[in-house]
Amino acid sequence: MQAVLTRSVLWYGGVALLAGRVLRNLALPPSYFRLILQEIEALGVRSLGVALTAAIFTGMVFALQSAVNMARFGAENYVGPISALAILRELGPVLTAILVGGKVASGITAELGSMKVTEQIDALRVLGVNYIKRLIVPRLLAAVIVFPLLTVLADVVGVLGGMLMMVIERGADMYTYWNTLTYWVLPRDFLTGIIKSAFFGIVVTLIGCYNGLSTEGGTEGLGRATTATVVQVTMGVIVSDFFLTKLLLIIFW
Amino acid sequence: MDAIIEVIDVVKGFEATPVLKGVSIALEKGETLVVMGGSGSGKTVLLRLIAGLLRPDAGQIRVFGQNIEELSEEELLPIRRRLGYVFQSAALFDSLTIHDNVAYPLREHTRLGEEEIRRRVVHFLSLVGLNEGVLEQLPAELSGGMRKRVGIARALIGEPEVMLYDEPTAGLDPTNSKTVAELIVQMGEGVCDSSIVVTHDLELTKTVADRVALLIDGRFAATGTVDTVLATRDDAVQAFLAGKAKP
Repeated sequence: MQAVLTRSVLWYGGVALLAGRVLRNLALPPSYFRLILQEIEALGVRSLGVALTAAIFTGMVFALQSAVNMARFGAENYVGPISALAILRELGPVLTAILVGGKVASGITAELGSMKVTEQIDALRVLGVNYIKRLIVPRLLAAVIVFPLLTVLADVVGVLGGMLMMVIERGADMYTYWNTLTYWVLPRDFLTGIIKSAFFGIVVTLIGCYNGLSTEGGTEGLGRATTATVVQVTMGVIVSDFFLTKLLLIIFW
Repeated sequence: MDAIIEVIDVVKGFEATPVLKGVSIALEKGETLVVMGGSGSGKTVLLRLIAGLLRPDAGQIRVFGQNIEELSEEELLPIRRRLGYVFQSAALFDSLTIHDNVAYPLREHTRLGEEEIRRRVVHFLSLVGLNEGVLEQLPAELSGGMRKRVGIARALIGEPEVMLYDEPTAGLDPTNSKTVAELIVQMGEGVCDSSIVVTHDLELTKTVADRVALLIDGRFAATGTVDTVLATRDDAVQAFLAGKAKP
């Protein structure tokens, strides 16, 4: 029990310290602008397929379930705003963060972890290279840009998927559906989701980077670190989503 | 003579295991100091402490006159640029070609054009006995001995004032070991005149050392010229030299 507790405290402390070092290094030269662009491509463009497929099917299934069940008490007209609110406020940012985050963060852990066990990170350090600035900062900045962008696309595709399902399956009128949706959904519903996704981007990348940098025990340790990243990213997103929602409701409601 | 690296009463352990139990040594400008010791004696730990990759539990480490044990990672960077570190595993960047590996310090710390960088890469690779044929190869495509030589070229290209070699002949066949040993001597005579070599290889020590420090059980059991250390009457020293040291 004590060992688990010590490990947890060390882990949370380690992630917080890494976040502190990243913040301190943000202002230091060089900027590695080219690396940020490369990371945006690696993190974002290559995750589009996963994010959009998940979004469209979630939008469709949410609309379908809502329509069938809301029809029981005559509220089928409100399927549009309900599914849009759910997608914009929760499903878009959270699902994108879990799916893309799991993929991206485990990749980061594997890459940094193998660099750690083969002494390539120490090689950077002895060559006088600031490895936080070189390896962590570009990934984190890219994630802060990429996660909200992916979430915007996931939101659009999810909402359209829901509408498509309602028009095809339930014979809803597209114009009425869109009109009801835009009447009830406000810009803040969209914006709180985007704020969340930027925060998730930071959490997910920090977890991936920290687990990579703290990998020990050779290839076996690397396997353990990568698996731990997937679990911790999922839990991190779900748990922080609750607290973030509470905070954003206080600020924006 | 000025000491450019000083290790003063340094203690270092990992969890419950003490590794260095209060060691002191200094490297003077222009000399090659060999730190000998068996596996697990703390030789590599000592080298990593000097490069600031580890922090001592107690004691002082002065590099180029500066106490480094309290410096942050960012403050250590300019000091490390004056050191050249050759890893036991070579630690080449496995996704980069040999050219990009050797060019790495120049691209990071200078504003040299690609043409000049290539010229210098070719020059430093030739110093370690490698030709242009390897430039576009990946580290995995080279033999262990060649990788080690690329590691030396990468450490040298930044024109360091002190070279730190970690087990430069470990895992190499006798021919390659001899080549690397000769290379260290050549580098000491020309490119970088001061170095610390960590090894358990007596042949290498005899070839390159100006001074030897023998690390046994976390302490220096003997220091001096090769002949002085070989003639030391201490039982632990003789047992190590005879290959009878406890593991």
